[in-house]
Amino acid sequence: MENDVVLSVRDLVVRFTLRGQTLTAVRGASIDLHRGESLAIVGESGSGKSVFTKSFMGMLDNNGRIDGGSILFEGEDIAKYTTEKEWLRVRGKRIAMVFQDPMTALSPLMPVGKQIAETLALHQGLRGKAARARAIEILRDVGITDPERRYKQYPHEFSGGMRQRVVIAIAVACNPEILICDEPTTALDVTIQAQILGLLRDLQSRYGLTLIYITHDLGVVASVADRIAVMYAGDIVEIGKSEEIFYDARHPYTWALLSSLPQLGERGKDLFAIAGTPPNLFKPIHGDAFAPRNPYALKIDYQYRPPYFDVSPTHKARTWLLDPRAPKVERPEILGRIREMGGLIHD
Amino acid sequence: MTDSRSEALSDTLRPAMSETLDASMKETLVSVRNLGVTFGRGRKAFQAVRGVSFDIRRGETFGVVGESGSGKTTIGRAIMRIQPVSSGEILYLGQRISGSIPRALDREMTRKIQMIFQDPMASLNERAKVEYIVAEGLYSKGTRASKEYIHEAVSRALEDVGLLPEFSSRFPHEFSGGQRQRIGIARALIMQPEFIIADEPISALDVSIRAQVLNLLSKLQRERRLTYLFISHDLSVMRFICDRIAVVHLGKIVELADTETLYRHPLHPYTRALLSAVPLPNPELERSKKLLVYDPSVHNYSAELPEFVEFEPGHFVYGNRPELDGYREKLATLRD
Repeated sequence: MENDVVLSVRDLVVRFTLRGQTLTAVRGASIDLHRGESLAIVGESGSGKSVFTKSFMGMLDNNGRIDGGSILFEGEDIAKYTTEKEWLRVRGKRIAMVFQDPMTALSPLMPVGKQIAETLALHQGLRGKAARARAIEILRDVGITDPERRYKQYPHEFSGGMRQRVVIAIAVACNPEILICDEPTTALDVTIQAQILGLLRDLQSRYGLTLIYITHDLGVVASVADRIAVMYAGDIVEIGKSEEIFYDARHPYTWALLSSLPQLGERGKDLFAIAGTPPNLFKPIHGDAFAPRNPYALKIDYQYRPPYFDVSPTHKARTWLLDPRAPKVERPEILGRIREMGGLIHD
Repeated sequence: MTDSRSEALSDTLRPAMSETLDASMKETLVSVRNLGVTFGRGRKAFQAVRGVSFDIRRGETFGVVGESGSGKTTIGRAIMRIQPVSSGEILYLGQRISGSIPRALDREMTRKIQMIFQDPMASLNERAKVEYIVAEGLYSKGTRASKEYIHEAVSRALEDVGLLPEFSSRFPHEFSGGQRQRIGIARALIMQPEFIIADEPISALDVSIRAQVLNLLSKLQRERRLTYLFISHDLSVMRFICDRIAVVHLGKIVELADTETLYRHPLHPYTRALLSAVPLPNPELERSKKLLVYDPSVHNYSAELPEFVEFEPGHFVYGNRPELDGYREKLATLRD
């Protein structure tokens, strides 16, 4: 299973032209997506995590383009696609997406059932009663009670959590191989968030989905991710199994992200905050993009971009600190609290 | 019990705090008495807040936690006086500030109570320069501040929140989310408030920026002895910043306690469900975690109506006698 790669991205470069200037949003990122896994891509806003995944679906804005690298999907390089017609064979059908805000992802003028049936008609050629029956079945699958009645209702008649279930229903309607969830729970309450995460896990096994989960909050992905990729300034700086990232992170940026989680904070003391701001992606970046904000930065970080160093067969990080010649740096003590953390409810 | 309480309390006292400060921390700044807020009237009336009572002490951070639709924001807006109350009253240092009040008091309260909003992308006037946005409160009726004074005050407020005074001539769209939230804080600070209501001030921000803004808020609190009312649905953040927390469900407070007590011994089933849903950054823990779902039908209120009672010192819970007895038993087994 480990070797069954569905999607293989190599040295992907995505650039945008904005007011005559060129912005490099993704700077040569590579990743292999295994069939049936759930991968979380974590990064701050502007790290390129959304652009990176949108490029798998040909959904870049008009001023954006893939400027290098390849995206192999079932043996075909979809990065070479140029026409909308080619993309329509993949987008929505084989790779689908769930967006952050269920209010804007749904049409307010159409009953939700019809919106699902529409997708089924477009991608699977189902019409009339067949489409309706299938749509109701999917609504039931995503945990909507009384789907026959709900089929006819409009999005405004649903609560936020239920609306997000409908969005998920549309996304899984065509049995996609890959489902990309872009911050699917950010706009939701904690209890609803927990339910939606549970639903996604459930659907993953039932529909045999490969899940990509995009988020800015490392605190949320522990329950859903098999693997975690940490993105910074358009590049994946560390990737590994969920346990390897939470318990044994190696990149200073991952350390910083984990340290700033309020769950690790102590009341009355300051939370750890990352100094400075992310680099300007309009300008070329020399060396390690995180170096100016990195308290452990070495001289070489300002000159040469670090390669990936393997920590384990499943875990690698892009930092010179892992070079055998680098001085030994202990990871921040605060990260020890992750393992010690107890559950909140004791019974 | 007393041990864990005093432990929790000493956690909240910062090292620099003297005994006098300790005493004044018990002073009640804001007192909400039996607050009710109703939207609409007649048959369409909707009671968003129902009989809510709590005290906020000077210098503390008081948290109100609830899901969307629970009425937590309405409580904040009622204290802010932008939402008229339908029943009950709100006292500020013993003086009633809800309903119709003398004009002088109204002005004083407008200055002393300030608000920080959730989404810094939506809460700043896109067409105004930062100087105007920050100074807007000073232009309000009755204050005739000179241009020089305003300029000076804006520069100071910007510096207080860690921005450069030069930023005052720029427009909001030139700033990042974290910087914009700082502008929102500067706008509150310029009025030299005593009490700040923050409605989800960091939920729209990135993790690393979140930390910066939280640290800024706690620094300002230390320096100026500010009192905060934090409104949020994010329990992981609330544990870190709040001294005491009230859990709101459908317009009612179901449980109120100091933060550590609430997290260690949540009693009300709704609080327990809410806490169980908090995501933890620990994969092993998350996988073994049991999600509790709140089922309101567990309450049997046919024989006896529930009340909001002080279950143990400082720990309030909403329930009737049989329920409270059950909580007491559970608590006893937990402490063994």
